[in-house]
Amino acid sequence: MTDIQATDAASGAGGTAEDDAFRVIEARELCLTFETNDGPVHALSNVDLTVDRGEFVSFIGPSGCGKTTLLRVIADLEKATAGTISVNGMSPEEARRKRAYGYVFQAAALYPWRTIAGNVALPLEIMGLDKAERAERIARNLELVNLSGFERKFPWQLSGGMQQRASIARALAVEPDLLLMDEPFGALDEIVRDHLNEQLNQLWDRTNKTVIFVTHSIPEAVFLSTKIVVMSPRPGRVHDVIDCNLPRERTLDIRETPEFLEIAHRVRDGLRAGHAYDDE
Amino acid sequence: MTMNDVLKSKTFAVGTVVLVLIAIWYFSAVMLNAPFQRELDERAKLSPTTGQFIEATLNQKRPVLPAPHQVAVEIWNTTVEKRITSKRSLVYHGGITLSSTMLGFVMGTVLGVTLAAAIIHVESLERSLMPWIITSQTIPILAIAPMVIVVLNAVGISGLIPKALISTYLSFFPVTVGVVKGLRSPDPMQLDLMRTYSASSFQTFWKLRWPSSIPFLFTSMKIAIAASLVGAIVGELPTGAVAGLGARLLAGSYYGQTVQIWSALLSAAFLAAMLVTIVGFADKAVRRRMGIMQ
Ligand SMILES: Nc1ncnc2c1ncn2[C@@H]1O[C@H](COP(=O)(O)OP(=O)(O)O)[C@@H](O)[C@H]1O
Ligand SMILES: [Mg+2]
Repeated sequence: MTDIQATDAASGAGGTAEDDAFRVIEARELCLTFETNDGPVHALSNVDLTVDRGEFVSFIGPSGCGKTTLLRVIADLEKATAGTISVNGMSPEEARRKRAYGYVFQAAALYPWRTIAGNVALPLEIMGLDKAERAERIARNLELVNLSGFERKFPWQLSGGMQQRASIARALAVEPDLLLMDEPFGALDEIVRDHLNEQLNQLWDRTNKTVIFVTHSIPEAVFLSTKIVVMSPRPGRVHDVIDCNLPRERTLDIRETPEFLEIAHRVRDGLRAGHAYDDE
Repeated sequence: MTMNDVLKSKTFAVGTVVLVLIAIWYFSAVMLNAPFQRELDERAKLSPTTGQFIEATLNQKRPVLPAPHQVAVEIWNTTVEKRITSKRSLVYHGGITLSSTMLGFVMGTVLGVTLAAAIIHVESLERSLMPWIITSQTIPILAIAPMVIVVLNAVGISGLIPKALISTYLSFFPVTVGVVKGLRSPDPMQLDLMRTYSASSFQTFWKLRWPSSIPFLFTSMKIAIAASLVGAIVGELPTGAVAGLGARLLAGSYYGQTVQIWSALLSAAFLAAMLVTIVGFADKAVRRRMGIMQ
């Protein structure tokens, strides 16, 4: 998988081969306007974004600022109305066809007639993996989200938080190099959330995956990210990009350090400025 | 069980309704059969007491409205008392009707599901096909049935198939409409998920749309199986078929055998109730297996 993408990217037009090999997302002047009955909604306006391999990028901003829309454009679930975007050096559509990413939706979206194991198996069946490989990936990824033992339960037998964890296991089972996560922990309680934040950080550190992560929570964004994209609404745009150079290996204790608080402070200022701009 | 529980139980409620219906039935039978009975008595120069008169109205040979016990006796005599191979056995006639009902129901369900699958995959089909499908259901079945039977007879097809085709005609429609709705029932996020996996439309159909449509399918099948039974009975009428519940109805009305008509009618109603109940059980069993029953 990695090899194919590297060669594809290298043979892509524009830029030096070396640059492109590390570039996962490249968006320039991206716009998306929804035509609604109440007139056009400018969900994205002139968004520039670059994400390199191995980065952990968070989108943060008030609701309605286009975070989900931007993620959906990357995933080829929505088409930009202007501007350019490439994913792994390809168009989003080509990238989607090559199953370049795993997507975690805001709601678990489990299929109610499939057991938890059956839900995790869904993408693997579609990819045509054999039974042994499926079983192995199901066990490994359910273990990762602490759901071992729940394989044969149906979604309605699990709490909302457990359902969301199952949906994360389902995305991870595809073993994509790029993970797109839309407020995956939004509905979970603090303790589960902390635990999953640590798990996600370790997973990212170990596997060198690229993660794009939408969140409402400043501490979550700072704890997880290498780069925080602060967005503001009406029209949806990138207000600021804040680098976050905490050590790759972190524990939750890092949230008490001055470096952490300093970055969190800058994110909060950015969010406030974005809002003030909106109120004028 | 306290008195209160008894009053609230389902058996009690159903029992009460049945008793009330039977009472109304007896009352109507007396009222409707009275004029003819009065005529008979006058001709025979009889002057019966009220009790004798009422008893006579409820035991005529060819009443306008047969009394419940007359129908019950007739049903008993033509089911339990007759060998089922006998031409006079209601079980035999019911079996004939049931076989074309089932064949028509299966064909109607397959046709309905096929049309529904085609409609959701090819957008233009909805616009081109749907008006015809709806029009087909506005034509009275009584107008179509004789033509179907006669035309098929002319090309040498008779017996089960023509009747089953009429059942198919009546039963495919609720299935098409219900399954189209079911195949479209997955929410946008469930469909987006398939898109992120780059699933083919075949995979999306079998792994998402089809399982989502199962509850809709069963609801439609309950309507379709009752419609199939109506179709089979109507299909037995026009040619003066010799067997089946429809034939019993027709023969009964030729010879003024109202008791026979009513016993055929009640048998048909009973059969319909049984079939719908069986589909209901299948529905429950399938849902439980799929885990969507809570
Ligand atoms: N399919 C759609 N049709 C019309 N408007 C939409 C659609 N999806 C999103 N929007 C609008 O676009 C804006 C951005 O939405 P979204 O990306 O969901 O924001 P966020 O995820 O940051 O809360 C909102 O104003 C929203 O109402
Ligand atoms: Mg959102």
